[in-house]
Amino acid sequence: MDKPVNQKAWLLVLPVVATVAFSAVIPLMTVVNYSLQDIFDPQTRYFVGTEWFREVLNNPSIRAALGRQLLFSLIVLLIEIPLGIGIALTMPRRGPWVPVCLILLALPLLVPWNVVGTIWQIFARPDIGLLGRLVNGLGIPYNYTGNPLHAWLTVLVMDVWHWTSLVVLLCYAGLQAIPDAYYQAARIDGASRFAVFRHIELPRLKGVLLIAVLLRFMDSFMIYAEPFVLTGGGPGSSTTFLSQLLTTMAVGQFDLGPAAAFSLIYFLIILLFSYVFYTAMVRLGRAEG
Amino acid sequence: MEWMAWTLPTIVFFSGIGVLLLLMTIWQVVSPSVERKGFLPIPTTRGDRLFIGLLSAAYIHLAWLALTEAVSLWWAFALSVVWLLVLLRWG
Amino acid sequence: MRIRYLVLLAYILFLMLPLYWMVNMSLKTTAETLTTFSLVPKSLTFDNYRTIFSDPAWYSGYLNSIIYVSLNTVMSLLVALPAAYAFSRFRFLGDKHLFFWLLTNRMAPPAVFLLPFFQLYSSVGLFDTHIAVALAHMLFNVPLAVWILEGFMSGVPKEIDETAYLDGYSFPRFFLTIFLPLIRAGVGVTAFFCFMFSWVELLLARTLTSVNAKPIAAVMTRTVSASGLDWGVLTAAGVLTLIPGALVIWFVRNHIAKGFALGRV
Repeated sequence: MDKPVNQKAWLLVLPVVATVAFSAVIPLMTVVNYSLQDIFDPQTRYFVGTEWFREVLNNPSIRAALGRQLLFSLIVLLIEIPLGIGIALTMPRRGPWVPVCLILLALPLLVPWNVVGTIWQIFARPDIGLLGRLVNGLGIPYNYTGNPLHAWLTVLVMDVWHWTSLVVLLCYAGLQAIPDAYYQAARIDGASRFAVFRHIELPRLKGVLLIAVLLRFMDSFMIYAEPFVLTGGGPGSSTTFLSQLLTTMAVGQFDLGPAAAFSLIYFLIILLFSYVFYTAMVRLGRAEG
Repeated sequence: MEWMAWTLPTIVFFSGIGVLLLLMTIWQVVSPSVERKGFLPIPTTRGDRLFIGLLSAAYIHLAWLALTEAVSLWWAFALSVVWLLVLLRWG
Repeated sequence: MRIRYLVLLAYILFLMLPLYWMVNMSLKTTAETLTTFSLVPKSLTFDNYRTIFSDPAWYSGYLNSIIYVSLNTVMSLLVALPAAYAFSRFRFLGDKHLFFWLLTNRMAPPAVFLLPFFQLYSSVGLFDTHIAVALAHMLFNVPLAVWILEGFMSGVPKEIDETAYLDGYSFPRFFLTIFLPLIRAGVGVTAFFCFMFSWVELLLARTLTSVNAKPIAAVMTRTVSASGLDWGVLTAAGVLTLIPGALVIWFVRNHIAKGFALGRV
């Protein structure tokens, strides 16, 4: 760390601080204010203390959504991270096919999130969808609009389709950064393919993998548009995740107080996770120099 | 500012946070903090410990609300303050 | 070797099939979609696309989206560039905490900010304007831009800065004439990411607009909730939302992997 200390650098970050303060600090303060009051309109409001927090913490549907959300994020990580590493290893390292592969892989990432929902809606429908027809044709009765398990599987496959490419691209960038000399040394030593992966590639991927885990965890934790379009959170509330529940409370029913308390708890959960991941990332970066 | 729906308790709360940040900044200028290893699993600076302290204070309050029925929240506050001081000194 | 490429091919096929299905449906009439099951359109029609290009309710959605996305990209880059330089070159009071605080805004769910944003922009009279959505999207794009740019900038040797200052360059002149050209790949990639994340976001864009700045994503979800879906037009609209992304990715194709690694490889 040979960066010089220079307090004038604050002048350079000032615009960012000002913009983000406007769009993050003021809203967060407002949320704190709302969370402690019963608000009918700006003139008619009552201080209710921590009542909303108690209510939200004991609300069974929020608890259920939180459990569902954690389970979903966990499964998403367990599938997407290994799959992403695997696919990245199959990519050609150089040649004319590299940009083609990269663009094809990146394509799902560029689809607006609600269109991802639409795509899978029409792809998986048992009456007009290719996937739905195919699975039913194999003799498995499949209908994601009626069966909670099928809905879950569809949302999961959709997320894998949508986001695994991000992990692939991250890992691919990490693999590209490994000097050829390492591979040559391994070849001379007669190392097996697995040994190369275990002792050369995996340690060097640690940095990008942490970024991948961080981004995938956070983004899956705030998933909204895709299941909203695909299943509308149903059947029942089987695919209702936190963001959707919160959105319904905030702008569907305009329950300002409870929605604000819910927002704060949601934010605190995210804050804890991102701090842990970020600290791990920074320390790893420093250890590698 | 009417739409922000300020109340006295929240004004006090945010002023408290603001003053705390200001004091920490002054302290940092007067005597810069050196990273050290305490009982926390990672080496931390003073600012890191303050952040960890405040974050855990939030969780202490939430846990208090979730687990107790109508016991005064001031107990959770007292607990948080003690925890914050312990963290700053030995963390 | 062969198996390796077969796996890759199978995976890419898995990625392309749903997209193909949407394109396929957009080229059929809705009647054909509902009555017959076919892998390729039996009677090829472009009527669905014609509907979108002739109906202002549809095409204004695209225009609105492009306006706020462009605004957002430019504004995010302008504020993020100097900040990223500061983070990559200097240490200053509270720098690490500041950086983490920025990142938390990228990590925070937009749903958390929904309620106050709605109130904030309503109270300052910006509700249903393009600038409101552009500002709201800066919440997650600015931290991301700073993060990526900082990675790219840290890859530029510090000696270049020092030599320039010794040669008597002022900071703005150095930054614009020497430094920016050196990291133009990074700037391109960052612009691409700002564009992309603003383009794909639905929740904030939909909540902060009603008529005048209504984005295409919102137009599409309203169609979904209406009874009697017009699958043909809906899928055609979906196909059209892919085009801007596919166009911009072409320009950054050589840096895309590094960009996704946030410039940190």
